[in-house]
Amino acid sequence: MVQVTAESAGAPEIDEAALLARLREGDDKAYETLVRAYTGRLLAVARRFLGSEEDAQDAVQDAFLSAFRAIDRFQGGSRVSTWLHRIVVNACLMRLRTRRRKPEQSIEELLPRFLEDGHVEVPTAPWKAGADHLLETRENRDQVREAIGQLPENYRTVVLLRDIEEFDTDQTAEALGISRAAVKTRLHRARQALRTLLASHFE
Amino acid sequence: MTCREFVDFLMNYLDDELLEGQRAVFEQHMIDCPPCVDYLDQYRDAVKMGRSVCQPEAGAPEDAPEALIQAILAARKTEG
Repeated sequence: MVQVTAESAGAPEIDEAALLARLREGDDKAYETLVRAYTGRLLAVARRFLGSEEDAQDAVQDAFLSAFRAIDRFQGGSRVSTWLHRIVVNACLMRLRTRRRKPEQSIEELLPRFLEDGHVEVPTAPWKAGADHLLETRENRDQVREAIGQLPENYRTVVLLRDIEEFDTDQTAEALGISRAAVKTRLHRARQALRTLLASHFE
Repeated sequence: MTCREFVDFLMNYLDDELLEGQRAVFEQHMIDCPPCVDYLDQYRDAVKMGRSVCQPEAGAPEDAPEALIQAILAARKTEG
């Protein structure tokens, strides 16, 4: 029997070794346990990358099918959740590469503007509080997630890979087929744009 | 250093990639221009908050549509 115990926060904890053994035996119930335990979490990742609900669900399905095919090769060196997470990120990147690109929104209006002499047009105003304090309310956490979702896709993807998924510059460049310099430029612009979007809520 | 240059060099400063001379000029601007210090703090906070709210335990909505679960399980059967 696979034990599923509810944790106070987050997904249920699963006895991974027992579950893996049953998956390798082709036990239908074990597959259902795996899919039920991780679909929500993986869907949250896919929604961040893809925006569209339909694409996100397709990516999660692709990810599970890849995982099922690879289950015999999974060594158990990492946690199942980490392994699945990596697979869904790859599925999202694949989908981003192949889906028809929407006309790229401009990021310029979210970047700071400067006067001719190089001084900033509108000086930055302090925020109501620091990050830790702001994140205490659910409303603010939702605002941050929403702001990430508002970034133009090319920029959002870089911020997600570098700052959220913690890919390094080389890994990000390779995943997206762009130069290291382009990764750095996009990351810097994406973070500035995110700051601007958050400033409208937190000033 | 102007505010524009400060913003241009910001990521390199945070990544500790500025040469010593550049770093000194950058830090002098922080003394001369308090709004740019606010900008730097907020840039850093934006990254920190983004990372924080995307953690699985951060209370992001994690609904798992039953139709999707069933589709995945059915697709496994079809794939054999």
